[in-house]
Amino acid sequence: MSRPVELPRWMDIGLLPLVNLALALAVCALVLAAVGLAPLQVLALLVKGAFGSASGISYTLYYATTFVFTGLAVAVAFHGGLFNIGGEGQAMIGGLGCSLVALALGDRLPAALLLPLMVVAAMAGGALWAAVPAALQAWRGSHIVITTIMFNFIAAAGLAWLLVGPLKAPGSMSIETLPFAEAAQMPGLHQALGWLGIAWPRTPLNLSVLLALFAAVAVALLLWRTRAGYELRAVGFSADAAHYGGVRPRRQVMLAMLVSGALAGLVGINELAGVQHRLLLDYVMGAGFTGIAVSLIGRNHPLGIVLASLLFGALYQGGAELVFEMPGFSRDMVTTLQGLIVLFSGAMAQVAAPGLARVHALLQPRQVLDAGAHHG
Amino acid sequence: MDEALIGGLLASTLRVSTPLILCALAGLLSERSGVIDLGLEGKMLLTAFAAGATGASTGSLGLALAAALAVGLALSMLHGYACVSHAGDQVVLGMALTMVASGLSIVLGITWFKQGGQTPPLPDAVRLSPWFGDLAQSLQTWPQVGTLLGTGLLGHNALVYGALALVPGAWFLLYRTRLGLRLRATGENPAMVDAAGLSVKALRYGALAGNGLLCALAGSYLVLAQGANFVPNMTAGRGYMALAAMIFGKWRPVGALWACLLFGFLDAVAIRLQGASLPAALGGGAVPVQAIQALPYVMTVVLLAGFIGRARAPAALGIPYVKER
Repeated sequence: MSRPVELPRWMDIGLLPLVNLALALAVCALVLAAVGLAPLQVLALLVKGAFGSASGISYTLYYATTFVFTGLAVAVAFHGGLFNIGGEGQAMIGGLGCSLVALALGDRLPAALLLPLMVVAAMAGGALWAAVPAALQAWRGSHIVITTIMFNFIAAAGLAWLLVGPLKAPGSMSIETLPFAEAAQMPGLHQALGWLGIAWPRTPLNLSVLLALFAAVAVALLLWRTRAGYELRAVGFSADAAHYGGVRPRRQVMLAMLVSGALAGLVGINELAGVQHRLLLDYVMGAGFTGIAVSLIGRNHPLGIVLASLLFGALYQGGAELVFEMPGFSRDMVTTLQGLIVLFSGAMAQVAAPGLARVHALLQPRQVLDAGAHHG
Repeated sequence: MDEALIGGLLASTLRVSTPLILCALAGLLSERSGVIDLGLEGKMLLTAFAAGATGASTGSLGLALAAALAVGLALSMLHGYACVSHAGDQVVLGMALTMVASGLSIVLGITWFKQGGQTPPLPDAVRLSPWFGDLAQSLQTWPQVGTLLGTGLLGHNALVYGALALVPGAWFLLYRTRLGLRLRATGENPAMVDAAGLSVKALRYGALAGNGLLCALAGSYLVLAQGANFVPNMTAGRGYMALAAMIFGKWRPVGALWACLLFGFLDAVAIRLQGASLPAALGGGAVPVQAIQALPYVMTVVLLAGFIGRARAPAALGIPYVKER
């Protein structure tokens, strides 16, 4: 229960996160060694799997696209002083939204109209699922962490009911909807590059990756270049002071969560419109939770989040490749590392601070002495 | 109504509720002392793995339980180190523990047992058997109340009765002992506890120790009583349901017990109604089992929204205590 340690700015922003990430990697290396795998060999194969080929890079970018959406979702809520753990559920309902549009209008509208409509529907679905916990937080004071967790389970149950009932593809044994019409499928990057005459291997990477980049820029502009974003951050920084300054905190809670939910909902575009071309159960696969890790590593900044998403995309893709390359390696190793990163960079982020401060203090007077010696 | 049905429902309600009760009490201990525990799911999962792995490799029930308790305690001490000693974010720590547990349990399981993350089935000697086995057997032949008593009430293992007994125990500890008063005060106003010359740190670490041990019992129950081995992600959200039950019980032991029993009952009903059809009066069609399964979460949200009574969290919940100098 020591006081928070004051560190110089460059240490707080630059060094401490790196130290924390290194700690997480070190513990992960210990786990790898304990299960009989050589950490350096794993690292080499992981980098090769993630970046070693055009198809590897594509998969990395495809995973990263999803993580940009969920990471931005966590970050926007965080800037508003809210912890949105409901990315998982919001992504499910966002996927439901875009699927409903795709199934209802798939054979009636051209892709140029349908795809934007699906994007809007995905954002609306995610925002809707975030709106209820947000309103309960704003007007009834219900703890948003708990309500968003509950909403994850409610979304999963609701989706399961729809998929075994009204939305189930007739005559099919699997729990999924009918496939989307051609117009409702987000073009893959190999197709898009094909139109330009460039050959590219067929991978799940699709044009949603551009949407993710656009979302990152839009979030940066919203937070730091608009009045609404300023007020949102003001509420996150100090709700009372912002209220005193004329900001209406309830409106900001709603805004932060609606934007957050809409971003999470876009996962549906990358995964369903881009890859699966149908709505199925469990398609989010923990991406909402990975978003928490991404946002923590990216320090809640869009640029940081894009970089952190690339890191996690590489981990997921490299991890998937390693399963084939190294007997004994499982993808759950990546989940473990993800947890360790959240542990060291999030929950224990300040544990290393006193040590760094001590090192800093040790180095400091010596510099002064050196300077004195020169002048003497 | 069919007495065999009531007996069966009662039995499965108690079976499903037991890990929820243990886990909810675990959450209650730490949250009443002011430390949020979103890691219940992870603690339960990793302790379940510890019990399964140790049980399978040593063939000893005692060692399996001891391993689970040790892992539970270790996880809670990590919780304390990050959140009590270093004022880390308690929500983030809970998420981290759950992620690490879900990955690590499978990684170690695959390495040690090479069965895709499962542990080998446990021999009967390692599993918990019904506490009143003989009595329950003989009671089953009684008319009318046979299954109700035999299967429903007395056919369970020691952990089920232990969990039920721990509820009044926790109530007594929290509301009738000096330690309990101090613990609750730590969750409401740690500065006052500090001013009274008590260690907030020690009280919170103590509460977390109890939390870890209770989570370990819940995890052990899943492997040693409910299932026959450890299966990846076998907790399947029970930790979060226990958290919901704790909130639904308004952070009180007896309230949490009723909530756990209610949630357990809903689960038992949902399993039984799988594939059944609605009565014609309600339009026929399949029973929306998912609606029943989602009910605990919906009810918790409604309660939190203050529409059915008011659930008030401990005032200092989630706020790290930094000692004044």
